[in-house]
Amino acid sequence: MVQNIIDVRNLSKSFDISSKEPGLKGTIKHFFRRQTKSLKVIKDISFEIKEGEIVGFLGANGAGKTTILKMLCGLIYPSEGSILVSGYIPFRRKENFLKNITLIMGQKQQLIWDLPPIESFYLNASIYDLDKFEAKKRINKLSEMLEIDEELFIPVRKLSLGQRMKSELLAALIHEPNVLFLDEPTLGLDINAQRNLRKFLQKYNKETNATICLTSHYMKDITSLCKRVICVHEGTISYDGKLDLLLKKLSPFKEILIVCRSEEDAFKLENSGFNVKNKIKNEITIKIENNSITSSLKTILNNFDIEDLFINEPPIDEIIGRVLIKKNHDI
Amino acid sequence: MNLRKYLKVYKKFLHTSLASELEYKTNILIDLITAILSLIGSIFLLSIFFQNNGYIGGWKFEQALIIQGIYTILNGITNTWFNPNLTEIVKHIREGTLDFVLLKPIDSQFFISLKKINPSGFLEIMLGFFLLLFCIRINQINLNLSFLTLSLITISCSICILYSLWFFISTTTIWFVKTWNAIEVLRSFLYIGRFPLNSFSFSLRIFFSVFIPIAFITTIPSEVFLGLSQLWKILLEVIVATIFLITSRRFWLFALRFYSSASS
Repeated sequence: MVQNIIDVRNLSKSFDISSKEPGLKGTIKHFFRRQTKSLKVIKDISFEIKEGEIVGFLGANGAGKTTILKMLCGLIYPSEGSILVSGYIPFRRKENFLKNITLIMGQKQQLIWDLPPIESFYLNASIYDLDKFEAKKRINKLSEMLEIDEELFIPVRKLSLGQRMKSELLAALIHEPNVLFLDEPTLGLDINAQRNLRKFLQKYNKETNATICLTSHYMKDITSLCKRVICVHEGTISYDGKLDLLLKKLSPFKEILIVCRSEEDAFKLENSGFNVKNKIKNEITIKIENNSITSSLKTILNNFDIEDLFINEPPIDEIIGRVLIKKNHDI
Repeated sequence: MNLRKYLKVYKKFLHTSLASELEYKTNILIDLITAILSLIGSIFLLSIFFQNNGYIGGWKFEQALIIQGIYTILNGITNTWFNPNLTEIVKHIREGTLDFVLLKPIDSQFFISLKKINPSGFLEIMLGFFLLLFCIRINQINLNLSFLTLSLITISCSICILYSLWFFISTTTIWFVKTWNAIEVLRSFLYIGRFPLNSFSFSLRIFFSVFIPIAFITTIPSEVFLGLSQLWKILLEVIVATIFLITSRRFWLFALRFYSSASS
């Protein structure tokens, strides 16, 4: 049986936030008497993640995804509730726990700016107490997986964003962690660099059985990497389950564009009881429930003279976009 | 704590920060020239003070030069280690890159205090050292084991006090986010350390001994050089340095509980 590697129970987090009124008067008031209020950004959430799982955290900006990730890796102290990652309480930041995890942030970097990435790799290797031989072996293996070679010896400031991200990944994985926390790792990367990064993460997960927790605003990252998603809405979990089930639930219909041989056939089809979305000359678009697609198509092909037909999947970004603004009971 | 690992990491810190600095040759050259000119300027200023009066606060010019020598060494240490690292804490906290430090299996205070070095500060340390050797000659100081031990102890304590004060201010960034001004005030106070404590009024002497112990930093080691220091003063400096070091360490660990990391 696969073990739980992350166990979160009734987790909450509050921050003290100061607010300021606009204008000079507001600025002076803010300087002398700062008004702060406690804001609960994470509200009593619970979930488990199994070893080897890749889980995507979805949510609008400010929903609380990054705060959850930072509590899971031990950077932020929870206000209430408990967290166990690999059997450790993250915030205690025990050496063995830190050797087991890594955090990669798309918008922040740990590589030394003026030096080639290889220098940062060996520095990290010494921090993780790896000898030179072992460090070299791991650098070679990871650079092969990431398909980087010459870039290792070029100062970071001269690398492209994609090359830099690959190097960031190598620096963050040199200690072969079991749990990876990735906060928008593909941010700002071009399509090819995004694809390569996803390919690498899939391969890394397959080879090492590492658990991956990922936040991203690029739906392609989520759909190609995560079977399971946790949707966060205003600090609460609005959905936790399989991604395909969520998509089916939110989009129970498929749109089918049917090209009839004649306008007469199209007219007949329009009046045959199907849910018609629109009709232009001999082209007609109908909406069919997912569970009756086969039988409906059979009926159409047997009774009408059809030239061509196209089944359109609803755009995933649109569906997920709807999830991000929904509360638990709406999904 | 695994000492071997920490030594290995420090060796890597030295290597990477030296390599980073050497990427910018002109900058190093300018820093080196600044260090030499700054020392010449300080000695010139001191000589002006002593021009009309042979003594200030009971100190002769040749004796006051010792304070200048110790100040130069401490300023060199400040520029080599404290300035590049401790000012970076503010940046780490504001930009949220402290996250990477806290998630490394290494002491975070060690990491952020020693990761970088500025090689041009070494020249200042050497200049200060040569100035002290010159002062030993002109003041006809007898070099013996107890003198060397006491000098080493008091200078080490001065470094600890200076580091703790700076680190303490930088740590408050976790709450206040910007503390550049406080660090600048501390640096300004350090300039005062170039003059003998006795040259200030009684109230200022109390202020610089009790509230901001700048007096301990240069005056006590200088008194050791001249054989004027009393044992209680040296013991007091050791106690103050220990208290400062422990307090700054505890304060850092306490402050980390309030670290909220920068938003993404």
